[in-house]
Amino acid sequence: MNREQVADAYFLEHRAKLLDLAAFLDRIDRADHDGSAEDFRLIVFRSCISKLIDGEGDRARRILDELSDHTTEPIEAAPMKGAIGAPPPA
Amino acid sequence: MRYIDPHIHMVSRTTDDYSRMALAGCAAITEPAFWAGFDRSSPQGFHDYYRQLTETEPARAAQYGIRHHCWLCVNPKEAEDIGFAREVMSIIPEFMDRSNVLGIGEIGLNKNSRNELVILEEHLALAKNMKQLVLVHTPHLEDKLKGTRLIMDAVANAGLEPDRVLIDHVEEHTVSEVLDRGFWAGMTLYPETKCTPQRAVDILETYGTERIWMNSAGDWGPSDPLAVPKAQVEMRRRGHTEQMIRTVTWDNPKTFLSRSPRFNVEDD
Ligand SMILES: [Zn+2]
Repeated sequence: MNREQVADAYFLEHRAKLLDLAAFLDRIDRADHDGSAEDFRLIVFRSCISKLIDGEGDRARRILDELSDHTTEPIEAAPMKGAIGAPPPA
Repeated sequence: MRYIDPHIHMVSRTTDDYSRMALAGCAAITEPAFWAGFDRSSPQGFHDYYRQLTETEPARAAQYGIRHHCWLCVNPKEAEDIGFAREVMSIIPEFMDRSNVLGIGEIGLNKNSRNELVILEEHLALAKNMKQLVLVHTPHLEDKLKGTRLIMDAVANAGLEPDRVLIDHVEEHTVSEVLDRGFWAGMTLYPETKCTPQRAVDILETYGTERIWMNSAGDWGPSDPLAVPKAQVEMRRRGHTEQMIRTVTWDNPKTFLSRSPRFNVEDD
């Protein structure tokens, strides 16, 4: 596929996803916040968004990398079964 | 086009799903032992589950012309209690000779804890002793990168050949390390939260089609038992050749799984 064909195939779908993202950020802004420290997930989320337009390639890999736990030792005990989606601050 | 779904949890799916998969071209599946959404209260619960995987599901699949195979283990989500996990592991050898069992799986890590790692290492030793193939579950989300590296190190320490081990649920940040270290890689297609069929095809375009397969990992959660044929459609939409589609959805899984003499699915 050339660039125009990729746009033909996927533009509308990703236009909708872009609006989901915009509306999510607006929703966060509207939500009550008591002035305490920002949720760590939202900090990393905004940082990941900046990668979308930094002009570098390999965006999916770099965003996943930022959303990963980079420690190397096993943890003492599993605190739960699920995952949060971003590593909590140390 | 016929396809193999090498990772799907049919115990959680309806018979209608078998029917729809058969209509979409599914010729064979492999079902790793995994978490049922709740912790079993006794080793007997696992005994019954292994019977379901080796007796009930192959019979159900056969009604639709689908070959059913399975993998046995204690999954990492139920490995935090080491004593319990070892009790369950002790009943695995009695099932390993059953005709549809391909190896040990899906073992791995979930939260990358010490106890999970101990039980992973004991499964790897069992696989080595019994000369079994291994199918590995890697953790999700923020735990995947670390867990994938811990698992690959554990496999190397256990002395298993990487080309007899499939590391599943790879994404953009883990796929190249997995392939570079000589393992097989599985991409799991989830409708939500994880790798979409579109991203999976992006990964194939970026990293190539050698030693890699796609699966649905369909289970009791949000998942799609037709994810593999949908990825075939996505590849076709992008103009990829029928040969390339066949490589990743038929030839590759067949090559890896055929290392077990129990996997025999004929080409067209
Ligand atoms: Zn699974």
